[in-house]
Amino acid sequence: MEKTLKITINGVTVEIEQGTSILEAARQTGVIIPTLCYHKDLCVAGNCRVCVIEIAGQKRLAAACATPCEEGMEILTNSFKVRNSRKHIIELLLSEHNADCTRCYKNGNCELQKLASEYKIVTQDFIRLVESKNYTIDMFSPSIVKDDSKCIRCQRCVRTCAELQGVNALTVAYKGDQMKISTFFEKSMMDVVCTNCGQCINHCPTGALVEKNYIEEVWDAIADKNKHVIVQTAPAVRVGLGEELGFEPGIRVTGKMVAALKRLGFDAVMDTDFTADLTIMEEGTELLTRLKGVLVNHDPEVKLPMATSCSPGWIKYIEHMYPDYLDHLSTCKSPQQMFGALAKTYYAKARNLNPETIVSVSIMPCTAKKFEANRPEMHDSGYRDVDYVLTTRELAIMIKQAGIDFMKLDDMHYDRLMGESTGAGVIFGATGGVMEAALRTAYELVTGREVPFENLNIIPVRGMEGVKEASVKIENPLKEWAFLDGVELKCAVAHGLVNAKKIMDSIRSGEANYHFIEFMACPGGCLGGGGQPIPTSPEIRRKRTEAIYAEDAGMPLRKSHQNPEIVKIYKDFLIKPLGEKSHHLLHTHYSARKRF
Amino acid sequence: MTTGYQLKRADFIFKNQNDWEEILSKNIIRNPQDLINDLISSELKGRGGAGFPTGLKWKLSAEAVNDTKYVICNADEGEPGTFKDREILSKVPFKVLTAMAVCGHVIGAKEGYIYLRGEYFFLRPELNKAISEFDYYCREINFDFTIRIFMGSGAYICGEETALFESMEGKRGEPRNKPPFPSSSGYMGKPTVINNVETLAHTYTIFKYGAKRFYDLGVQYSRGSKLFSVSGDTPKPGIYELELGMSLSDFVDEFGDGDTKAVQVGGASGFLVPRKRFGETVIGFQGKLTGISLPTGGSMMLFNSSRSMFNVLDNYLEFFREESCGQCTPCRVGCQQLLNGIKAVKRGEKNAMYLDKLLRLTETMQYTAKCGLGQSIANSFSSIVENFREEMIY
Amino acid sequence: MNPISDLIRNLADQHGRNRQNLLPILQGVVEQEKYLSEYSMIEIARELDLPASEVYGTATFYSFLEHKKMGRYIIRICKTITCSMKGKNQVQLAIQDMLKIGIGETTADGNFSLLQTNCLGFCHMAPAMLINNDMFTELTPEKVREILSVYMNKKKEGESNDNRLST
Repeated sequence: MEKTLKITINGVTVEIEQGTSILEAARQTGVIIPTLCYHKDLCVAGNCRVCVIEIAGQKRLAAACATPCEEGMEILTNSFKVRNSRKHIIELLLSEHNADCTRCYKNGNCELQKLASEYKIVTQDFIRLVESKNYTIDMFSPSIVKDDSKCIRCQRCVRTCAELQGVNALTVAYKGDQMKISTFFEKSMMDVVCTNCGQCINHCPTGALVEKNYIEEVWDAIADKNKHVIVQTAPAVRVGLGEELGFEPGIRVTGKMVAALKRLGFDAVMDTDFTADLTIMEEGTELLTRLKGVLVNHDPEVKLPMATSCSPGWIKYIEHMYPDYLDHLSTCKSPQQMFGALAKTYYAKARNLNPETIVSVSIMPCTAKKFEANRPEMHDSGYRDVDYVLTTRELAIMIKQAGIDFMKLDDMHYDRLMGESTGAGVIFGATGGVMEAALRTAYELVTGREVPFENLNIIPVRGMEGVKEASVKIENPLKEWAFLDGVELKCAVAHGLVNAKKIMDSIRSGEANYHFIEFMACPGGCLGGGGQPIPTSPEIRRKRTEAIYAEDAGMPLRKSHQNPEIVKIYKDFLIKPLGEKSHHLLHTHYSARKRF
Repeated sequence: MTTGYQLKRADFIFKNQNDWEEILSKNIIRNPQDLINDLISSELKGRGGAGFPTGLKWKLSAEAVNDTKYVICNADEGEPGTFKDREILSKVPFKVLTAMAVCGHVIGAKEGYIYLRGEYFFLRPELNKAISEFDYYCREINFDFTIRIFMGSGAYICGEETALFESMEGKRGEPRNKPPFPSSSGYMGKPTVINNVETLAHTYTIFKYGAKRFYDLGVQYSRGSKLFSVSGDTPKPGIYELELGMSLSDFVDEFGDGDTKAVQVGGASGFLVPRKRFGETVIGFQGKLTGISLPTGGSMMLFNSSRSMFNVLDNYLEFFREESCGQCTPCRVGCQQLLNGIKAVKRGEKNAMYLDKLLRLTETMQYTAKCGLGQSIANSFSSIVENFREEMIY
Repeated sequence: MNPISDLIRNLADQHGRNRQNLLPILQGVVEQEKYLSEYSMIEIARELDLPASEVYGTATFYSFLEHKKMGRYIIRICKTITCSMKGKNQVQLAIQDMLKIGIGETTADGNFSLLQTNCLGFCHMAPAMLINNDMFTELTPEKVREILSVYMNKKKEGESNDNRLST
């Protein structure tokens, strides 16, 4: 039985569980105490002091997020002392903040701005400290822009990068008035171990950390009559975009999204889910080839376990931290990059277009994809495969700029050739989705039967647990795959880089004995990506997950190899998985990077 | 208030430490509860500036249930104007080591650390010698308690107890949220007694002479003697052991240079008392400055009429601006606002009324800052601005 | 092998490789090298299996853990109120005059760096300063010139191990 205790908040007595913080207890009674440094995903910091409240009998105010309730506490959340103190704190934050809101990327979506507005801070009584400081803006990274003049030093980004991701690219440096959020030796984000996952952006309350946006470049391309602009949309975008445009979290807006993109002026609107299906064909075949190499040929050059390679945040992570394991990565490109390479070859040929005139844009829930599109090896089409990557947030901005009333749109369908997808493609957006899609196809390829899970739903790989495991026993395979008879295919799924580390360490120590592992850099998978709508929370990510699997369940085709456009591309263009054309356009290599 | 409170010298701290072996062996066989009761009845309060009852502190840690506990001696003396702990560690280190060991016996700790500020590096060789001698004796009497020195590296904030733990754990010295308190979760999350050097030296006196001897010194609520570090405009700078409860006017009579304008009691985190209040101010633990008495780490800086109080306040605010850990908003930004604010008023860029706005800001800092540093800035700021307002403006 | 890597490995052997051993190791490197270079921080991170940013963030917190190249002798002069009252400015000017450097600068021959610091705990014998770990009190412009001359001659013989309080 949980122990409870009674406290009074603003005169109302409530009974709450022992161990509850004052902040949480207040929320349960309908009192919202404002916060800045507090975040559901992270440990309690208690440094912004915005959430201070008055406890009867104590002269000093206490931080509601960091103080547990005690029996008989009498709490006041809006007393004279609290109000004045809170106003002062907001004023102090504003005095060291670049408060030029109209010119800020986060205008309208900034937590400090919201607080200042709620408390009607209309005068500037304190001295403006911003001018006397040498604030810098780091714009070198292709994914993240760090503007110190807007930092309120809540340390959310540092905690995110350390606890949630285990990357530790950001730290707190110096002390006193020099205290700031910094990287190792204040290098650019581009020059340190930052994986570009963008989780710091998702957790930053102000405009101190934002994505590098390419909105104007894409508008320019669309306006250019000589350019044929095509766009691909990632699976996770369709379950997140709605949040920026008036919908509750977890509403699927696929059809409206396509309609909006067409109205924005894109010449062709196609789907990354198509190349997700394609990735399954290539990667599934690769896995089976590796299994053969290890189990039959005992070839030491062939490495197992094989790791997925569609998360560029994960790729940069393994390049820095485990460069000796790069040959465990699948050589497959991510669906985004496969699409980019095909856009300027397969698509161009089919539509009779000069590839030079094609501008390839992608809408991603991800900031690392911007880094990925920038990688020097991503030019296999003969041109830059993906020209611009827009995050879900940037797309929402463009939709608003175009004056589109998103909610009123009628659903539309993707364009042909690279717009058809199966349920297996859409679940790429959730953690465990790549694994599930791969198993649905690989198992059938090998045995001729469907995966032995009800309705093709491989539940063991779904859900929010950091590391998930599943195993599938292969029995009575087709003759060609006889060597797999009796093999128990051991699979693992990790999301959030801190869990990737767990699995990699267990591989290094020899503990792990997996065959195939799915790695996603972001918590929840791509649906929790660094480019998705802000705010994020475990609840929101759960709703988006439900939406992804609902989309999958509702699709007519749910296995990648059934996709008719996939069948067509092999027949007309690629010939076979891992064939020469695939090898040239759809596979890549990786680079070892320094650990520090 | 009349000066029934006279300046009385005492001589316990620096007296003979040669009987430490006897004191140690006698007290580590006594019942821990008896030792705690001794400290409680002596009414000894922390001598670092916070004034927490020492007996209660040891009691809470003794009651905590954990296999591992620690005793830490806070020798991160950094408060401007304070230099007594250095003297104790150089002249009578064995008293401190003995006190730490007895504390270990009381609470059940086997390891003790002395967190020594980096600036006192030159004390190490002698201190290490004392520690090995101490170690040797402990092994002889079969008492399991090891003491090590942990060096600081130039951060005033590490004198705050939870910041000290963070520093010892290899991190930035950023104070933690309280609760939990050190008696249940301190160094490495274990129950820890952390005491100032002087506090430990006084426990030695109590264990040697008994609680009553200590209790008989001083006045109500402020029992015992204390070391005062006297500096500034005085013909007698130095360290003096005096009974608590003296009035500031008697103090100034003894130590002033005849022209004392103000006395800063308790360092930059303390209060500035102007001449007109010397008579009614008593040095003790009766809480915040009410015109009656003050808590103090013992730093007494005397200023004569040639000194500008503006320069004094400016100096303190510069100090805090640099030494703040920077994590919490009221302290980090507040310090900068206060410093820039008084400069602006002095230069005439801001109206004198702005000082009132700053005073209200210091109140907020007092209520909302995360640790004692931010909370105490109001003390010197308000006492200087309220008593020497003209010097801030003209 | 690289002397810094050796130094760090020895320090780690001596103190341990846990997070709580970080500060003594940083201090050990500063003791010998006078500052923490990027290279040494990376080596420490490698030796203790810590992120480099953590080592940097921790080191920059502490005023005595320099991360910019410093001279052989680091002069730290106290600027807190009592030293100010007793003539610190004159002493500082004398040093600046003699060494031809300002606060935060290092002499061209790499021998002396001049910094300010906060209360050194010798307010009754002010003004005070540290040169590396040696404490000097009751300074006057003449006295400080004498002291510096001794140090300037020292560099010809080798480092001093004198950690005593000198007045």
